[in-house]
This record gives sequence, structure tokens and C-alpha cells, in this order.
Amino acid sequence: MAQVVLKDLNKKFDEVHAVKDVNLHIRDKEFMVLVGPSGCGKSTTLRMVAGLEEITSGEIHIGDRLVNDLPPKDRDIAMVFQNYALYPHMTVYDNMAFGLKMRKFPKPEIETRVKEAATLLGIQELLKRKPRQLSGGQRQRVAVGRAIVRHPQVFLFDEPLSNLDAKLRVQMRVELKRLHNRLETTAIYVTHDQVEAMTLGDRVVVMKDGLVHQVGEPMELYSKPRNKFVAGFIGSPAMNFIDTTISDASGILYAETAGLRVRVPAERAPRLAAYKGQAVTLGIRPEDLQEATGSDPQDLVFETLVEVVEPLGSEILLDTRVGNQTVVARVDPTVRTKHHQKIRLAFIPDRIHFFDNKTDEAVA
Amino acid sequence: MVIEQRWKRWVYFYIPLTVFIIGTLFPFYWMLITAIRPDAELYRSWRAATNTPFWTLHPTLAHVQDLLARTTFPRWLWNTFFIAIVSTGISLVCGLLAGYALARLRFPMAGALGTSIFVTYLVPPTLLFIPLADIIRDFHLGNTPWALILTYPTFLIPFCTWLMMGYFKTIPKELEECARIDGATRFGAMVRIIFPIAIPGILSAGIFAFTLSWNEFIYALIFLSSPERKTVPVGVVSELIRGDIYFWGQLMAGALLGSIPVALVYSFFVEYYVTGLTGSVKG
Repeated sequence: MAQVVLKDLNKKFDEVHAVKDVNLHIRDKEFMVLVGPSGCGKSTTLRMVAGLEEITSGEIHIGDRLVNDLPPKDRDIAMVFQNYALYPHMTVYDNMAFGLKMRKFPKPEIETRVKEAATLLGIQELLKRKPRQLSGGQRQRVAVGRAIVRHPQVFLFDEPLSNLDAKLRVQMRVELKRLHNRLETTAIYVTHDQVEAMTLGDRVVVMKDGLVHQVGEPMELYSKPRNKFVAGFIGSPAMNFIDTTISDASGILYAETAGLRVRVPAERAPRLAAYKGQAVTLGIRPEDLQEATGSDPQDLVFETLVEVVEPLGSEILLDTRVGNQTVVARVDPTVRTKHHQKIRLAFIPDRIHFFDNKTDEAVA
Repeated sequence: MVIEQRWKRWVYFYIPLTVFIIGTLFPFYWMLITAIRPDAELYRSWRAATNTPFWTLHPTLAHVQDLLARTTFPRWLWNTFFIAIVSTGISLVCGLLAGYALARLRFPMAGALGTSIFVTYLVPPTLLFIPLADIIRDFHLGNTPWALILTYPTFLIPFCTWLMMGYFKTIPKELEECARIDGATRFGAMVRIIFPIAIPGILSAGIFAFTLSWNEFIYALIFLSSPERKTVPVGVVSELIRGDIYFWGQLMAGALLGSIPVALVYSFFVEYYVTGLTGSVKG
């Protein structure tokens, strides 16, 4: 129903520059997730869209309206808060009806809409209760219900699942996604949990220190991180970063460090040629390292010492040591190894990332 | 094990509690017993063989009748009540709005303003009455209830402001943010969401303010002069002690009747009062 456009958005609190020149184009019906460590400016950005924080400079457009100076009530948005912010002195029904009452909807219309939303979320039986009589998951549903009865142009979610226990969080995550598919309303969702970001977002914005580091579809962020921060933030266990030096042996480039020597894939060589003799960071995701077989080319294989074995059932995590650096590998559950044993691991060559040590940017 | 716990309960709990309760309630008992003691017993020598200081064998309501019929006590009660209610009302309205502003709005010098409001509460009335007397005279308010209705807020407003500010700070600000997104103005969110949640705080501020004005002595003593204009605390003391004669029976009856309204107010709202002082809602 509406796109949201942020142009050169800035927010300064007295000393802190919380949001720096953020430019985003959130498309109509898109589920956009802002993710980053705490203090990265994601919540502040969302609150500026909501109208709860003043904008230091820049523009926010919702639909085709410039909303910089509109109060929150006139922006046609709904927001779900981390602590749910249910009005404790009102019943569930009144909580959900409040926004409609404020907008002077006729009573029958209010009732229809509240019932409809309650049915959608499975909370019809709770309508007469007060918030304190509800469990965490039920409160969460009421908070979502209160947002959807309004049929707003944009949903804003500020870490709505953080107060739930792990199991419920996964369940609500799926429900939110299903709800979004059904309602087809533009949504902006803030979280610090990269799993939530990846699973929910049509696109994901990775932020740090008030800056947007990368915007993209989840798999794009995963497979083509633009810099070292994004590479390390997205994915669990995190990407391995290995300090290496680029060397040249008769026209073939190698990334080398104590205990490891890996050939730079031919298609990456032209860009990396400039780094000859210099240090670069090699990044490889744990699942892109596999136990070596006889058929793996020798210049993609290295030997490591297993320090910790973490069997997870569907896979095994190996904490291994290369020289003085730790490398985590995610291998098949069929691999038999123990700690203090040596194991030979092979790189999947087209999944190797290189990062400039000075700028932290990916060397594509 | 059980026995040891029992003596511990007695030493650490029951005995101190008993001492405390006796210490607190004895003055009230003394007040009551004096009020219903006939004059003959009141003015009897301590060493008289028939002296019974802690009880009376001939209870009488003569002092109460005397107080109600032959003094202007009912008038004092009404004066006190009227002054306390109006000044509490004024102070609550100001305190609510000021407390909200200090707790929620970001404006320059907010911290300094909050502190200075509190500091005015610390200025003792024994000093403040001097300039206030000047103002009361200039406005020709002397010897009217308005002298007190307008001066009591000088200590009630800072008090209410601080109590309400503390209470508002315990209410999650997301509640009103959500209301503002839901379609309320800031003022609307304050009135529809924050005030209903703050009722325990508002009640305890109101009770406290009411009690403070009910018991106030100095301003009432200074700004009111004619007997029928006085409040209970001042009237009882100034009209029932004549020269060096203490009308003990009437004095105590007056004190007793004067403390009943406050006791009633507290007993009705005690639950709210406790939650008002200890914090508010969770989520």
C-alpha cells in the first residue's frame, strides 16, 4: 500500500551521531529488516519513521507524502514494541479497539475489525481479559492484533520477539511471516538477531555505528557480503577470518599463512594481483570447509589440529587450529574425529572471500 | 529447630512489634480516655487514693457536647475541610502537569527546574511566612480561607510534583508512544493512558496533600485571626487554652474529632497508597 523512502537521514543526540546519512528505499509490500548490534542506530531509524524521534536532517516519505513534520498519529503507521506496551488498565478488546476509537470509527465497524484480527491471531477467547492475565506469547499476539486492526500503510516492529523464550520466538517468527504474506503490508522490522533478519526479511539492512553497511536479499548478504563486518555478522557460527599474505609462485597467486597455503581461484586473481606481497584477510564460512577426499586438489587442502568437537546431530562443528589461528568447520555427521587428532580440510574454492585489511571491504 | 525459630520470632518480631504498636497507639488512647473523663477525675491529684490514670470509671460525653455546642468547633471542621480540599485540588492539578512535563518532555533546563521546585519545598514555612504575610496583606486576603488556599500550594505543589514525577517515570514510555501512534495527541495520550495508570500515584499524592493541609499550623495561626475563621489545629489550641487554663477534656475531644477524617481517608485508600509509593505497572 505504500513505499517508505529515507533520504540522507541523520540523527544527532547531544554528543552522539546515532544515524548517519541513511538512504533506503523500502518498496511497497516489502518486509524490510534492519539488523545490527545494539547501538547501531536501527531502533532510532525506526523511531524516526514512526515520528517518535525528531529528524536532525534528511527526509522521510511514506507513500507519496513527506512526513518529516507530521505527528505519529497522522502517519498512518502501526508499531509493535519490544515490551508490547499494552495498556494495562484496558481489556484486550479495548486495547485493540483503542486506535479505531481514536479515529472515530463507528462501533459496529470496530467490533468487526477487532473480531477479525482476533480470529486471525487465535485470541478470540482472550478479548475480555486484562493484559496482566496473559502469558508472554498471548501479549505478543495482542500487540500484533492491535497493530493490524488499523489496516495501516506500514507496520513497524521494534524487536517484537526479544522478550519471548526461544521456542515461542521461532513459532511467532513463522506466524509473523505468514501474517505478512497474507496482509501484504509494507513492514519495517528491527532486530539484533541475524537469524530473525534472514528468515523474515524480503531484504535486510545491516547497520553498524549509524551507517548502513549493506542492503540486500538475505542470501545475497550471506554469499556476497560487501565487507568484513557484514560477513562476520551474518551467519552462525560466524565466518572464519584468517590472516594471510598473498604470494606469487610462477604466475599463480596463493594466500599463505603458517600451516596453510591455498590457491587463489583463477577468476579472483586479477583483483588480488594488486595485493601481491601484502596481508589480506581470507574469509571462509564453516560449511564451506569439508573433510578432504583424495580427489581434492592439493592446493585447496590443509591440515589442522582438532581442539573441540561439537556434534549437533545434523552436523558436527570442529574447532581447529591452523598455526596460531582458530578455524571452525561444519562437517558432515559421518566424519569421525576426536580432539587432539589431525584432520585434513578442503576449501570450496568459489566460496572463499578476501577482505582488504585497511578498508575491511571485500575484494571481489 | 522449631523451638529455636519460635524464640527468634518472638525476639526479632513480636516483641519489637508490640513495643512499636504501644508506642504509636498510646497517645491516641490517652486522647480518647481524656476526652471521655469527667472533670472531677481530670483535675484530681495524681496522689489521690482513687486515681486511675489509665482508665475511667465514669465515662462521659460532656466534653464532646461542650465542644460542639459551646465553641465554634463545627465551623473549624468545615473551614479545615474546605481549605484542605481546595488547596489539594489546586496542587494536584499543577503537580500532575508539572510532574508529567519533568518526567517526559525534553526541554532546556528541565533538570534545573526540577531541582529548584524541590528546593522550594525545603524552605521552612517558619521563614516563608514572613514574605507571604506581606503578600497576603497586599492582596487583602488576611483572615479569609483564601489566605491558606493560596499559600498551602507553596509546599503542596512541589511535593505533588515530585511524587508524580517519580511515579510517571515508572510507567514505560512506550505506552504513550503507542497511544500517539494509535491516533492520540500527546495530551490525549497523557489523559487517556498515563493518568488512568497513575491513579494510585495520584491518590497517594492527594491523600498526602490533604493530610498536610489538614494538619498545617503555622500559616493558619498567622493568617487567620477571628475565631470562626480558624482551622481545627489552630482553633483547638487558641480557643481551648485560655491563659494558663487548659480545657483538657475539650482539647482532647477536639484533637480526636479532628483526626478522624484523616484516619478515614487513609483507611479507605491504604492499598492505593502503598502501590502509589512503591511503583506501578509491569508491561
